[in-house]
Amino acid sequence: MTEFEPKIVAFVCNWCTYAGADLTGTSRIKYAQNVKIIRFPCTGRIDFMLLLKAFGEGADGIIVSGCHPNDCHYTSGNFHARRRWIMFRGLLDLLGIDIRRIQYSWVSAAEGAKWADIVNSTVKTIRELGPYTDYAKVAGYLEKEVKE
Amino acid sequence: MNELIQKATILLESNSVQVVIGYGKGSANRTRAIFITQAADCEKLIFDSRCIQNLAVYLTKQEIKKLGKPAIVAPIPVLRSIVQLAAENQIAENDLVVLGVTPESELVEFESFAAIETFLSTHRIEIEGKYQKTIEMIKSMPVSERFAYWVKELEPCFKCYACRSACPLCYCTRCTVENNQPQWISVASHPLGNLEWHVMRAMHLAGRCTDCEACYNACPMGIPIHLLTKSMLQDVAENFGTYGPSLDKLNALSSFKPDDKESFIR
Repeated sequence: MTEFEPKIVAFVCNWCTYAGADLTGTSRIKYAQNVKIIRFPCTGRIDFMLLLKAFGEGADGIIVSGCHPNDCHYTSGNFHARRRWIMFRGLLDLLGIDIRRIQYSWVSAAEGAKWADIVNSTVKTIRELGPYTDYAKVAGYLEKEVKE
Repeated sequence: MNELIQKATILLESNSVQVVIGYGKGSANRTRAIFITQAADCEKLIFDSRCIQNLAVYLTKQEIKKLGKPAIVAPIPVLRSIVQLAAENQIAENDLVVLGVTPESELVEFESFAAIETFLSTHRIEIEGKYQKTIEMIKSMPVSERFAYWVKELEPCFKCYACRSACPLCYCTRCTVENNQPQWISVASHPLGNLEWHVMRAMHLAGRCTDCEACYNACPMGIPIHLLTKSMLQDVAENFGTYGPSLDKLNALSSFKPDDKESFIR
């Protein structure tokens, strides 16, 4: 049997983490290939529903990353995002959605190495947790019915 | 409540208001919302422990606004909603007469929204012990079991959106769930759609919910969705130190502090 390769979706802001991930590449730092990066104008724009949709579409893990506090291109987008994440995390935890599968981080445009580290460690965590079958079962409820 | 009937009659006769939103006799042994426009009809008004619907929901409805200036019968949960709606600039002080009803069933009239807020400062939101216990019980389950618990609890949901309609704070005239190009949240009674709908509903009420339980009371399937908002209320208090509606403070998720604390962002 081949080893489980986690599917990871990264929601990142254009100004810091996306540029940071770019730096990781231009610095020729190798990191896990499991991540699919989605670029947003700002972490404040990352709707909580998008995270659920990622799980619904088969992601095993999620990274959400943006500018460090006080570094937001739009001055306060990440502060608002932080509050939203605090609330969202609490709600997901109550609902039994595995919050260990969502990694939040601040990665600046100068932190190419940190980005590689975030991705690698997230891949490692998700590899240990295994595929997100609980959510996949719920998301694939109808398909399963039809097949049976 | 004679006092209430008298007051409503005076308000309508003097044309100070054009409609009184109150509770009247419903089917079976229930009460329902009634909208009185004629002073002679005021004797239909009742108030007792069966009056649990949150009437504040009508204040933002176009159909009711058309009737003219309203007076509203407002027990504590309605008063809380009124303050929250005022804080969100959805209602104006001069366009509304509030007939407050205390837990002792006494009629109080409020001069201003600020007066309601002062009154509410002695009637703070409290999450009842039984709910706290249930929330703790759920939180103590292993994550997989907790997920299964909620999938099972939400299973009866068939998206009638009564929870949304009953909530005074769900006042958007267009809602994401009505969008079907593309269909953002499945309208079928599908476990994924059910989960997504209730996450979205709870998140949109985060830091705004005033714990009136109208959503739970309206749910035809008796799904304990109020546990989600109650738990979020606790989270808001723990993380941001605010609790309950306030006229001069922004909603928890409409504001921020540069030194907000969390422990999970790397």
